[in-house]
Amino acid sequence: MKIAVPIKFVPDLVEELTIDPNGTALDTSWLRLIINEFDDHAVEQAILLKERGGGEVTVVAAEAEGVDDFLYTAAAKGADHLIKLTGDFGSGMNSHAAARALADLLKDSKPDLILTGVQAHNDLDGAVGPLLAELLDMPYVGYVAGVSSTNDKAIARKEYPGGIIAEMEIKLPAVLGIQAAEQPPRYVAYNRIRQVMGTSKIEERTITALDLSGGVTASRMFQPESSQRATILEGSPEEVADQMVGILKELGML
Amino acid sequence: MEITLSPLSPSVSKTFYASIHEMLDGERIRKCLQCGTCSGVCPFGYYMKYPPGKIIGTLRSEVFDLVMKTDSMWMCVSCSACSAFCPTQIPITAALMTRVKEEMILAGNVPAELQTALRNSQQYGNPMGESPRKRADWTTGIQPEINILGKTRQPVDVLWFVGDYASYHPRVQSATRALAKILNTLGVNFGILGPEENSDGDSQRLAGERGIFEMLAKKNGQTFRKYKFNKIVTTDPHAFNALKNEYPALGISYPVQHFTEFLAERLAQIKPLLKNEISAKIAYHDPCYLGRVNGVYDEPRELLRSIPGVELTEMSHQRANSLCCGGGGGGMWLDGFQWEKAHVRLSEWRVKEAISANANILAVACPYEPPRFEDATKTISSASHLKVREISELLVESMGL
Amino acid sequence: MSQDIFVVIEHLRGQVADISYVMLAAARALAQGTGGKVVAILLGHNAQELAGNFSANRVLYADHPALAEFTSEAYQVTLASLIREQSPRAVLFGHTTIGADIAGGLSVKLSLPLVSSCRTLNSNGKFVCQICGGKIMAEGDLPSPTALVTMAPGGYKLEEGQSDQAPAIETTAIPSLDDLRVTLKHYIEPEAGDVDIAKEPLLISVGRGIQTKDNIEIARELATALGGQVSASRPIVDQGWLPASCLVGKSGKHVRPKVYLALGISGAPEHVEGMNESDTIIAINTDPNAPIFNVAKYGTTADIFDLVPALTEKVKQAAGVS
Repeated sequence: MKIAVPIKFVPDLVEELTIDPNGTALDTSWLRLIINEFDDHAVEQAILLKERGGGEVTVVAAEAEGVDDFLYTAAAKGADHLIKLTGDFGSGMNSHAAARALADLLKDSKPDLILTGVQAHNDLDGAVGPLLAELLDMPYVGYVAGVSSTNDKAIARKEYPGGIIAEMEIKLPAVLGIQAAEQPPRYVAYNRIRQVMGTSKIEERTITALDLSGGVTASRMFQPESSQRATILEGSPEEVADQMVGILKELGML
Repeated sequence: MEITLSPLSPSVSKTFYASIHEMLDGERIRKCLQCGTCSGVCPFGYYMKYPPGKIIGTLRSEVFDLVMKTDSMWMCVSCSACSAFCPTQIPITAALMTRVKEEMILAGNVPAELQTALRNSQQYGNPMGESPRKRADWTTGIQPEINILGKTRQPVDVLWFVGDYASYHPRVQSATRALAKILNTLGVNFGILGPEENSDGDSQRLAGERGIFEMLAKKNGQTFRKYKFNKIVTTDPHAFNALKNEYPALGISYPVQHFTEFLAERLAQIKPLLKNEISAKIAYHDPCYLGRVNGVYDEPRELLRSIPGVELTEMSHQRANSLCCGGGGGGMWLDGFQWEKAHVRLSEWRVKEAISANANILAVACPYEPPRFEDATKTISSASHLKVREISELLVESMGL
Repeated sequence: MSQDIFVVIEHLRGQVADISYVMLAAARALAQGTGGKVVAILLGHNAQELAGNFSANRVLYADHPALAEFTSEAYQVTLASLIREQSPRAVLFGHTTIGADIAGGLSVKLSLPLVSSCRTLNSNGKFVCQICGGKIMAEGDLPSPTALVTMAPGGYKLEEGQSDQAPAIETTAIPSLDDLRVTLKHYIEPEAGDVDIAKEPLLISVGRGIQTKDNIEIARELATALGGQVSASRPIVDQGWLPASCLVGKSGKHVRPKVYLALGISGAPEHVEGMNESDTIIAINTDPNAPIFNVAKYGTTADIFDLVPALTEKVKQAAGVS
């Protein structure tokens, strides 16, 4: 079983986000990037599948600050191949362009299963997974928490609201959008990552041109207005607690 | 709890036993008397399936894999009490417990809470996962303004290594601001690194993440080299320990003092400023990495004694025999785990000792402690009168700043 | 090429999902500008009666056994032929476990532009999307010729998409649905015996800010004092600290209690869509910029570990007095 996991880095929401002077994009000068949480789960799910049934895991990422460390971490967890897409992304990257670049790369290596995070918080033109599936003429099922597979099919547990799970059978090759791995992403000792840095190679593939079509451009970006915001209760914890008791009484909860 | 090791993790082999003997003083482990003192003095020794003495036993009988299959190792708070009382003087904490934790981490046997703190340390340079850009936010409003070296690039006498909890934790920030006011009042020419400061990494090291410790130390070392200063003063005993005993081996060597030592040297200047009486019976808690590990017992007490109205009292565990607050060696990030296992908090035990000593203030000198002990006073009914104060906070109160 | 707005109705096991009404309301706003009609697209099997309360000019109904329950491929194949044939101005999908599974594939298959995570659509043809965990809004012109849009909840009230007058239903032709690569095996019910948080009038919900499994106890104590139940956001359930039946959000339950008290929840859209219909939301989060404060009526940046125990005490006192 050949498993490919395309991952992406997203702005870290721990930092305050600001809009660039043109008002159309995030200000990248202060941006810190971090692995998309769902992609981290996709990597974990791929490793779990490999541990259970054997196979080869390839993790693919577009170049960004911190990506090398993440790829080596994936290798330390058990990923076999690491690929970094490089190129001039100055004109911006969107999910459509990323999906096309990935389809180009993966159409030759022909993975049986592609796992990717079900979404990323900065997708403005949809998640990469469903786009990639269609480009490779593979079926797609998203919001998956739990996968098992045999040679020619996968059983995915798709999560619906209300705790209902649908067991979907999907003919391989296929793309699955991972909502959560069967266990939280495992911890890898930093020294093990450092060891892997000496023994694993990140293969670089250059993307010559990005095709952004199918995506959208924002003419304005802004932060939600403060008028929509909550009435903030101020004071010491005791004082705030008093105000809350008052509110709960007013609402008839006390 | 029985742990299933990840199939990808290498089996723990005899090489581990060999490797710990290769360490400095590791040879002493062979001389272990199996007297059990270490397990007796260990605050969680009664609970651990394999307390230190038994671990050495498993190494001798080549069944060390048994240790790796339990998670009771994560009860160790690296307080170094075992090392201090070992009649054979085996450096148990450094040579054995920390190494076992390293093996646990390599094998992927890491409680979830600890994983989060370690990931945060790697990603953000602090275990809480706070924004590095906000590391100096606590300085807002302090006059004269605190010198952040990356902004002013002025040479200073003292580089104040503020540390994680002192920078970010809302309760501890009040102590940090107090120390800043004292330094300003004393006219100390000092600066801080602010967003360029990274966690000292010592607790991560003692929790078995040597790799992250080295990464953080390297980053701090590179930052130190950018600026001119004569010495480093730390808020945190763990940072003090790292800079004094661990960083030099990585080529990062500077004169370093804990803030209580630094202030005690200036007692003649401080004494006349202590105008306000604090009429209280104070018990001082010796932090493991200030007292037992680095021998600083008297300076904090001298500072407290110089405050008019203060009467010092001692708790039953004191000085070299001090009782850990429970936050060391990763304990800060294993609170839920340890509670779930033992249903005991060392901080609560300690607060009860302060009450038995008739104290109405528990004085501390480590940023881990104000929140830990204050939480404990809230759950112990007889502790409602007990206040937890950092030494700087008491000095500032007496100075009327 | 028409100026109509298509709404792909979502339903699961005989129940129309709330998002369908949100989309109908959004489509109405957009259609006012384009001058087109609101067309509800209903895919199912013996499911006409679901359309009874749609606020739509008409319903296009595709009936086939393979469409009885949602599967991505059958939906995509059916919708592709419909969209190709009728070229509406826009097609709205839920930004949900259903809509987000199929909109992307159709964007590629039909070479049509896709806008995702949209919150509102205006009569002047502008979209407003919510990205970056709710911290950033992105506005732009709806792309041509046919814009595919996934809609997140929050911008419209359900009632705006409902009507007393049943719309006209038109049955549409179905392309071949043989040889499908995705099939539904069966549904697995949530574990029985768990409390149904969707039925509770008061929820104390915990998020990442609670830090440890052990700390959930302070939420439980408050819930006991108030007579409510504890629920959670995704990370808490992923850690295994609370069962999946406690999960509020996109992949969990959609709840509408009288009071929803959020402890240490940042308010990512995936969580918010499960709780923003609550009567009163009260949020406690130390980050003053947390998006949860955009949906909460009351908020505080006090530390949960100081505030919640104090609140529990006061609630107990107040309950004792009355």
